[in-house]
Amino acid sequence: MATTLASRLSRGLAAPICLTWELTYGCNLACVHCLSSSGRRDPRELSTGEARRVVDELRELQVFYVNIGGGEPMIRPDFFDLIGYATGHGVGVKFSTNGTLLTPAAARRLAAMDYVDVQISVDGAEAATNDAVRGAGSYRAARRAMDNLAGAGFGSFKISVVVTRQNVSQLDTFEALARAYGAELRLTRLRPSGRGADSWAELHPTQEQQRELYAWLRERPGVLTGDSFFHLSALGEPLPGLNLCGAGRVVCLIDPVGDVYACPFVLHEQFRAGSVRDAGGFAAVWRESALFTELRSPTSAGACASCGSYDACRGGCMASKFFTGLPLDGPDPECVHGHGEAALAAAGAAGRDVPHPGPGHSHAGPVRQGPVFVPLGTRG
Amino acid sequence: MPEFRGDLGYEKHPRVAIRHEEFGGLAYHYGTRRLLFLKSRALVDVVEALADHPTADDTLSACVSAGRVSAEQAPACAAALPRLLDADVIRVRASG
Repeated sequence: MATTLASRLSRGLAAPICLTWELTYGCNLACVHCLSSSGRRDPRELSTGEARRVVDELRELQVFYVNIGGGEPMIRPDFFDLIGYATGHGVGVKFSTNGTLLTPAAARRLAAMDYVDVQISVDGAEAATNDAVRGAGSYRAARRAMDNLAGAGFGSFKISVVVTRQNVSQLDTFEALARAYGAELRLTRLRPSGRGADSWAELHPTQEQQRELYAWLRERPGVLTGDSFFHLSALGEPLPGLNLCGAGRVVCLIDPVGDVYACPFVLHEQFRAGSVRDAGGFAAVWRESALFTELRSPTSAGACASCGSYDACRGGCMASKFFTGLPLDGPDPECVHGHGEAALAAAGAAGRDVPHPGPGHSHAGPVRQGPVFVPLGTRG
Repeated sequence: MPEFRGDLGYEKHPRVAIRHEEFGGLAYHYGTRRLLFLKSRALVDVVEALADHPTADDTLSACVSAGRVSAEQAPACAAALPRLLDADVIRVRASG
């Protein structure tokens, strides 16, 4: 039954289940692995009026809730206007933040709102590990935001961690941190997307760490994952979730300038489906774009056809394959059976071109406000 | 949580939104943030009709009579209702 449902889902829905809407490319941090290469605002970002019209469209499509992110969404002066407009029109809001702007006053404002969920990003269980990827002072700012939410009586929020080679050993500590705040823990997968393209080689977990992570998650069905580790389901019993790539089928992204992409991890022309500014708006892109129509047609297992695990992992993450230069109808670069590593070696030997996201909206120099970013290794 | 009974009156929970889909429907509970799949249009019709009939059993019969649920689908719809009660997608109607 689950497979039938999954295959029906992959052929298209009336509206996305998990719609991510990045409100701005601006950010006051410069995390080394940022999936959207955020930093500088884009002058073409949707105006307040345009954004409200997007909310109107989402309401008409009966989108239940929207995942708001960025960049750092709270830097938009109309942030509270927009989330209030959304929740006032039947569209729930879950937003993701680095917490630097989540002051006690902001926390009280959020606590007074219905249908708003907050997710605070941290990537280390203490400052040293976290700040190595997110910048000096970022851990302290995140903890302060959590304290502010607690102080305002906000109730449960989410702590969201991108799993890296450096923080896999800290999973128990993250769990304890979430428990201490009465928060939910969310772990997500690092993709080689955005600035992650340059840091992925150093940051992505090893095969052994993937096995540890899988075992850890299997014992904790209450830990959220955004369905991002379904490639690990090839290790045994499937992890909870749909266990398939939802890009263009179950999820999609609206970016700060209104472009619609198949998912937040493929900010690349090849996966751009259209724009909310086109005639027909978001609804037309979701329903009729050539890209989404193609993604919703049955796919072949390709090079994975002979592997007994294909039903469990469905070939893994499209974004991870794309940005490591692997074919989309073949193994995930982190395939638990090592087929991805073999494919990468072969692709490297053949001199294959690897698509690169480019600098995007990354800050050109040191970040002016707030934490100073300390690059990993020799990256500068 | 009391058990589901076919001779009680139920209704879709007011904080649940149901979106029709080709395969049936998606039900989202704005309070619990839970998303549930309603696996057939017939089941969606039954859930949406519960408030209009004195009991769940009456609702099923009426949906079958009206041709919105086939006789073959009716048992599966009936079997799904206890799960929907547990998930708070439906609730007992206050009497009156």
